[in-house]
Amino acid sequence: MNDTNAVNKALFDYVLWLGDTSLIIGHRLSEWCGHGPILEEDIALTNISLDLIGQARLYLSYAGELEGKGRSEDDLAYLRDVMAYKNSILTEQLNGDFANTMMRQFLFTAFSYHLQTALLSSTNEHLRAIAEKAVKETTYHLRHCSDWLIRLGDGTEESHKRVQDAIDNLWMFTDDMFEGVEGDKLLIAEKIAPDMAGVRKQWDATLKQILDDATIKIPERTFMMKSGRKGIHTEHLGFLLAEMQFMQRAYPGAKW
Amino acid sequence: MATREQILDYLQEVFDPEVPVLSVVDLGIIRKIEVDAEGSHITITPTYTGCPAMNVIEDDIRAKLKEKGISQFDIKTILSPAWTTDWISDEGKRKLKEYGIAPPEKSSPDKSILGNHAKLIKCPRCGSADTEMKSFFGSTACKSLYVCNTCKEPFDYFKCI
Repeated sequence: MNDTNAVNKALFDYVLWLGDTSLIIGHRLSEWCGHGPILEEDIALTNISLDLIGQARLYLSYAGELEGKGRSEDDLAYLRDVMAYKNSILTEQLNGDFANTMMRQFLFTAFSYHLQTALLSSTNEHLRAIAEKAVKETTYHLRHCSDWLIRLGDGTEESHKRVQDAIDNLWMFTDDMFEGVEGDKLLIAEKIAPDMAGVRKQWDATLKQILDDATIKIPERTFMMKSGRKGIHTEHLGFLLAEMQFMQRAYPGAKW
Repeated sequence: MATREQILDYLQEVFDPEVPVLSVVDLGIIRKIEVDAEGSHITITPTYTGCPAMNVIEDDIRAKLKEKGISQFDIKTILSPAWTTDWISDEGKRKLKEYGIAPPEKSSPDKSILGNHAKLIKCPRCGSADTEMKSFFGSTACKSLYVCNTCKEPFDYFKCI
């Protein structure tokens, strides 16, 4: 009985992490709405944002079910503070310029693609079904940001510099995506979640493939900040939540 | 008590709010209809995870069945197997083309992570194969933006997933 409870709690924590990560990067991309460098790209960024918020909804409503306290996807999204958010800290980083947004998107999407592919063989039916649905979308998200990084990285001196600066700035937040918590061991033992070492290996290979073409250097190992799963975030998440949660905080329970 | 066939007929009258020529049946999102002593059980599947039309579609199905005098029913959403454009009926594809949207090409999506797919998409207006993708992402999650080099008209392509 205790075992089942422990697995359930670990699973709740895991699903919350997946949901929060999708939600926060989806929200960040939505900030580009109306500000894209060209119309087609404005539409692309917001399309991808919509897919990610859709994926977040699937994860967060499942998390609410697992928790069993009656919290809905909306409760989880709008009524939790910074420390309760588990998202990867890479996803909360500011948009910056277009190169920075694309690099952040690429580092996350390559991760998400390989994780979702691994989740296709999860023993948990619900996670498997979400992955089956989501990976179709993630595949063309990855293609989109890969195309851009190659075009910009292997482009002009200016565009190359911006892409290189972007990865240099974001690199310290990447290990955090692979940083599990104690409870993950239970999930891995039950084959609910994959071992992150395998995902990491595939992620490294995708990075090498695309960034070589983009003539971009992967930074040497440096200080890595790893704390998202524990609820310790960079200063940017608070501002993001303040805006995203404003309506429900100012007018609790408001519906339209 | 309505039969399975009747329910299916009624659902032919519920249209996708974004592509109003396609019924939910044409679109292939109705996965199962079961009728038993407790009423009808309808299973649907979303096209895209973030598709804002899905909630509207579910409401529209409820409204249509109520309008037809059916009160005992429930609607369940399933994710697996994941929806694919292959489930759009031939009739649906014909209607899309008439509406000016190039229907999805058969078979699974291009799995390659890199490289633009060299799929040949015909212009739904003049039939020319000399077309060009302007943007993979279009006016809704399900469409890409193309332009025809022969008749010079831009058009939507219902992308293949």
